[in-house]
Parts: sequence; C-alpha cells; structure tokens
Amino acid sequence: MSDKINYEAGFGSNALKDPQRVVFITPKTSAKVKGDIGKKVMSYPNLLLREAIALEVMVIALVILSLFWDAPLEQLANPLVTPNPAKAPWYFLGLQELLHYFPPIVAGILIPTLVILALVVIPYFNVNIKSEPFWAANRTRRFLIFVVILAALLVFLVFFEAWSVIAPTLAVALLVFVSYFASAGGPRSAEFLRTRPVSWWVMTWFIAVAVTLTVVGTFFRGPGWSWVWPWR
Amino acid sequence: MATSPIELALNRLRETRAWRSIFRRGPARSNRTRSLAIFGNIFLHLLPVKVREQSLRVRATYYLGSFSFLLFLLLTMTGILLMLYYHPAVPQAYLDMKDLRFVVSNGVFLRNLHRVGAHAMVIAVFWHMFHVFYRGGYRPPHQFNWVVGVVLMLLTLFLSYTGYLLPWDQLAFWAITVGTNIISAEPVLGHDVRFLLLGGNLVGENALLRFYVLHCVILPLVAGMFIAVHFWRIQKDGGLTLREDHEREGHERQD
Repeated sequence: MSDKINYEAGFGSNALKDPQRVVFITPKTSAKVKGDIGKKVMSYPNLLLREAIALEVMVIALVILSLFWDAPLEQLANPLVTPNPAKAPWYFLGLQELLHYFPPIVAGILIPTLVILALVVIPYFNVNIKSEPFWAANRTRRFLIFVVILAALLVFLVFFEAWSVIAPTLAVALLVFVSYFASAGGPRSAEFLRTRPVSWWVMTWFIAVAVTLTVVGTFFRGPGWSWVWPWR
Repeated sequence: MATSPIELALNRLRETRAWRSIFRRGPARSNRTRSLAIFGNIFLHLLPVKVREQSLRVRATYYLGSFSFLLFLLLTMTGILLMLYYHPAVPQAYLDMKDLRFVVSNGVFLRNLHRVGAHAMVIAVFWHMFHVFYRGGYRPPHQFNWVVGVVLMLLTLFLSYTGYLLPWDQLAFWAITVGTNIISAEPVLGHDVRFLLLGGNLVGENALLRFYVLHCVILPLVAGMFIAVHFWRIQKDGGLTLREDHEREGHERQD
C-alpha cells in the first residue's frame, strides 16, 4: 500500500481559492489512507434498473412459493383447549428453547435485552478498527483468557443442562482451537480462520447458537417440549 | 434514436405541457437530467445521485437491503388488499379467513403471498444485518445507521408478531399467549406492559383490535419513517462500505 501513495501538494498561493489545511493526527488514531474504491456511475438508470430486476426476481420467486405452499389455518381460537406444545412464531422459538433451560427472567428478559444492547453498542466500540486477527498479538495470554472464558461458560451451561447451547458453542470453540494452532501458509480454510478478528468469532458464535436454538425449537420439540425426531 | 412507434409516442408525450409540469425535466439523456431524475423526485431523492460501481455488484450486498425494503412494499400492498376482506372482531376474523379460502377469488393466493413475504422479510432483514456486520458496515461513519437498522430489525419482528394473531385460529391465539407470557416474567413492569399490549389479562377481543391497529397502522408508519432515515443516511454517510483495492486483492487471493 505504501508504494501506491500518489498525491499532489501546493496548488497555488491564493488562500481563498486553495485553502491550506493542517491535519492533526493524535497519538491514538492513524491517518486514513484512502485507497481506490472504483469509479462512480449515475444512479439513474444503473441503480434503479437493478432494483427493478431485484423486485421482479423476488415477486416471481414468492408467487411460485405461494402457489405451492398454503398458509396454515387451524381451528377457531379456543382458550379452553391448549395445544401441546404451544409454540410461538418460528423467530421466537430460539427464545422458547432457552426458556426450557433457564428461568423466565433470564431467558425471556435478560438475554434478549442484553443481545439488543450488544447489537446497538457494536459500532461504538472502537477497539480493533483495523480488524486484526485475534492471534496477532499476545497469543499465549489471549489463548489463556479464551480457555478460561470457555470453561466458565461451559460450566454454567452444563449446570443448566442447556445442551442445545452447548453443542454450537463447542463447535465454534473447536474452530477457535483450529485457528490458534494453524500455521501461516496452510490450507485456505485454516488461513481464513487464522486471520479472523475477535468480533468475527463472537458474532459467529452468536449466530451458531441462535440458529441451533431456532432449528431445535422448530423441528425437534414435541409434547411437553420433549425431544422428537421430525421424520418420525 | 427513436424508432419504434411506442418510443415515438413516449417522446411526444414527454414534450407535452402536462408531462413537463409534473417532471420538470427533459428525457434522461444527459447526466444533468439523470441527476434531476433522482433529486427532483421526492421519493428517489433519498438515494444518492451517483453510486460506486463496486457497490452495485451482487457480491457486495446480495441486494439484501433492497430485498428487505421491496418485501416491505409487497407486504404493504398485499396487506391493504387483505384489509378489504378482514374484520378485527371475534369470531368474524376467523370467518374472514374461511371466506378468503372458499369465497374470495384468489383469496388463498393473496394470503399465501402475504404469509410467505412475511417469513421472507424476517429472513432477509436478519441476513442483511449479519452480512453488514461481517463486511464491517457498522464502522464510522455508519455507526448511527447501524442503530437505525437494529431498530428496523425489531420493528420487523413486531410487525410479523402482531400479524400472527390476526387469523384468530388456535395457532395464532396460543403463539401470542406464549409470547406475551414471557413479557410478564419481567418483575417490575412486565404485567403492566402485557396488560397495555393486550387490553386485558387474556388474549381476547381487545388484544385482537390492538394488534390489528399496531399491525396495519402504527408499526408500518413508524417502520416507513425509519426506512426513510436508513436510506437517507446511506447517502449522507458516503455510500456503502467498500473494500479498497489492496484489501480486495488480498481477499480475492484468499478465496
């Protein structure tokens, strides 16, 4: 990147026409190097045309789906007849699965609130803006911290017997171990994992847990929230 | 240039005084009139006049944000049509579902399209959010727009959830009962919030009416305003987050 610096300085002496600017770079920031991000084109028609194509593709796909799949309609609502299990809409079944393991105040209130707060504050954490790999510095120390956090988390989850959280957590933890022991210049997938920043790992773990919980709650839970196999 | 009769007719139409009074520009054949087409239009002016060629590539965004918005439009249109056949009352709401299936022409298709679109929108919004995260789209100067996006994600969930009750069948009733019971687990305000939402202690007529008003009026209006801010801020924050050349090369080597 350093061999690409290509700038001009000192345009003219007319201060009104070419104001001179002084840039202060405070110790904690770095000067932003603006690389080449390509040329611009007119939104009309380039963007609008693509949006129109997106609309058409989407409508065609949804119309085909609507022709072959019928929206469910059960019996008239009856407060006296409780179906077993009574399930929330699919996007809340992850939460309902959590409710199976943890007390309602934790699974129903605390965890969703913390997740939303975490999502909101993501951009206001200015740590690691350059998204350096997790193992770029302090390898041993970071590895120890990771192992301690993982162990504490697993003890907590095992205590509540939250198996459908433990499984994706272990899977992602395994990938973290792979990324730690992978050496530079290995196979592509190992190299990809090795260069991931910590934020990538946290989000991937979150998505893995959320998807597992939702899938388990949707397909693998039957009467009394017991485990069932969807194909039986 | 204009060869077909349709094009000739269109060109003649563009020359009329009425057309010119509406659009106040000539045909979009120069960059000036193409710019006017965007910022001279109250809806399109939320978009930038120019976009980076790179940000138009499918692999840059998979058009997930576009799909989320277009699904919102589709759901608004199918929702308005469904409103013509729907009464938010017990048990008429359920009878209207039966009418949609057996009496209204294409009623099944209309309801299917709304339902499929709703599921698709939830998926598109979540996928959009995760994709933006992995691309680092939340970084300065896009911090605030990320927060607007989180609000839109929550509004999408609320919209879908309030719509879930409206068919007034067993599925709807018990899904809402289960969901709103979670709220009352909150020790301080839980019961009050649930009472406010349902208009009572049980899911009943008042709950149906409140969910109907939320689903058809309040939430779409609020979501519409946040969507406008979301689009506007993309433009004001200088377009999408794009990889610079050296990063992109490095990335492509990894692929």
